[in-house]
Amino acid sequence: MNAVLVVCVGVLGVAALLLVTRISMGPTMLDRVVALDVLVAVIICALALEAAVHRHTTTLSILVVLSLLGFVGSVSVARFSPGSDDVEAEGS
Amino acid sequence: MSAASTATAADVADVVAAVCLVIGALLTLIAAIGILRFPDVLTRMHSATKPQVLGLLLILVALGLRLRDPGTIGLLCLVALFQLVTSPIASHMVGRASFRAGQVRRDLLVVDELTDVLPHEQQHSTEREN
Repeated sequence: MNAVLVVCVGVLGVAALLLVTRISMGPTMLDRVVALDVLVAVIICALALEAAVHRHTTTLSILVVLSLLGFVGSVSVARFSPGSDDVEAEGS
Repeated sequence: MSAASTATAADVADVVAAVCLVIGALLTLIAAIGILRFPDVLTRMHSATKPQVLGLLLILVALGLRLRDPGTIGLLCLVALFQLVTSPIASHMVGRASFRAGQVRRDLLVVDELTDVLPHEQQHSTEREN
């Protein structure tokens, strides 16, 4: 299980680095939001990986919170970015 | 006999969990490469779905196989349910906002049925709303 931990931590670390590169490069705000959403998923995966290898349940509540936090962040940024008006406001 | 069979069952569960962990981590890496390399918000959203749904579900299955506790598995099902419910909504809102803000590479689209349907003055709707 230790070899699995090393391999997965390396892979997840490279993925997080690539995502941070896209967040810093990203031409529009929505690119950054998409990359941030995936970064939250990577953090959830890393916490679950550590819990699975060491067989403890202390970080499980953080998983629940993070799975909702990414949603709230991306929806609020997408809602207040230009171009996302209400359908009712467009129809009137 | 029964002790030996339960030991092998635990070993099989551990091996399956390890395989799920590695596949989930590799899916995350593939999605990160896609997000870095793809040219467009919509194509980046296409690759962003892989760790959000399949990679996360694989890793949660691996965690459930390692812990083997009913209460914990209920909590993991809750995480998976939240992710499955919320990620389509977030993707929908991001895609809608990017298309209406004109940040989509229209030369890369194969089918574009939305531009004809959108009202032409929708750029000014923010000012009308205020």
